[in-house]
Amino acid sequence: MAPKQKARNPELIPGVGKVSRSKMYHKRGLWAIKAKNGGKFPVHAKQEAAAVVEEKQPKFYPADDVKKPLSNKRKPKPTKLRASVTPGTVLIILTGRFKGKRVVFLKQLTSGLLLITGPYKVNGVPLRRVNQAYVIGTSTKVDISGVDVSKFDDKYFGKQVEKKKKGETEFFEAEKQEKNTLPAEKKDDQKAVDAPLLKALESVPDLKAYLGARFSLKAGLKPHELVF
Amino acid sequence: MPFKRFVEIGRVALVNYGEDYGKLVVIVDVIDQNRALVDSPDMVRSQMNFKRLSLTDIKIDIKRVPKKKALVAAMEAADVKGKWEKSSWGRKLIVQKRRASLNDFDRFKLMIAKIKKAGVVRQELAKLKKEIAS
Repeated sequence: MAPKQKARNPELIPGVGKVSRSKMYHKRGLWAIKAKNGGKFPVHAKQEAAAVVEEKQPKFYPADDVKKPLSNKRKPKPTKLRASVTPGTVLIILTGRFKGKRVVFLKQLTSGLLLITGPYKVNGVPLRRVNQAYVIGTSTKVDISGVDVSKFDDKYFGKQVEKKKKGETEFFEAEKQEKNTLPAEKKDDQKAVDAPLLKALESVPDLKAYLGARFSLKAGLKPHELVF
Repeated sequence: MPFKRFVEIGRVALVNYGEDYGKLVVIVDVIDQNRALVDSPDMVRSQMNFKRLSLTDIKIDIKRVPKKKALVAAMEAADVKGKWEKSSWGRKLIVQKRRASLNDFDRFKLMIAKIKKAGVVRQELAKLKKEIAS
């Protein structure tokens, strides 16, 4: 490292330097710079002021100042899955009309919800979304390597938007009847997903009956001591 | 009814309280009226109050405060583990542990098996009843 350079004008006492103003002028070599530039000090050319764009006053503006909301660039991530919940795990649903049912977990959707299926033939639970919070993950796993779930996302499960018809009541009733049945392609999707699953289930004895039965707490069972 | 299980050097006991709960330990020395020096192949030799120990029927042949190697050799010679797992007390504990570690699927299979067994028993009973009746 280079040795510390000596200060040109050391401070004797705070506010009092060793060298006088004229001596400092000489020390800094300002005379040499002036001589080099023909008696004058070199000066930077003045910067041209940027052309001012005249902003037109808007025709209408609110009487009171409106506060601009703060910008939010946060992108939500899908919920972190518990270690016990992996694709192929048997889950126990705790709430809703399927409470107590044991179902197979397929994949996590971008919204964070879990995509599950009964399979439908075994316990009546269709392809459905379920929240991780309302589910117990068991340690039983099913082989779902033969199942293709790439086409299912949150939009598939969204409510179908019907066009509002300002018609008479007859029209209304006809529409309602149409809505209640499941479209055929959804039924086919269910069958396509369940077929390889059912094969995988048959390979393990009692597994199909297990998924067909509902879970319930019996006398003597302590949930905090149960191993799922 | 005389006492059968005594606190003595070599007595195998089960720890029933504290960190080492459920472990089988050997009493290697008696410290005073309340405490014993206790040792086991998988723990550091330490003192324990007798209240924390449940004496078993098993006793091994050791000298007072043996070295770990000697203790392990004596336990192998006496087959403490084998005797314990054959005893009804030991078997009970093993079953308890197994039941506690059952999976939800295991519990389901157990229920099915119980129902099947009960069905078979009831059938046999019905057969016997019929024989007696006729």
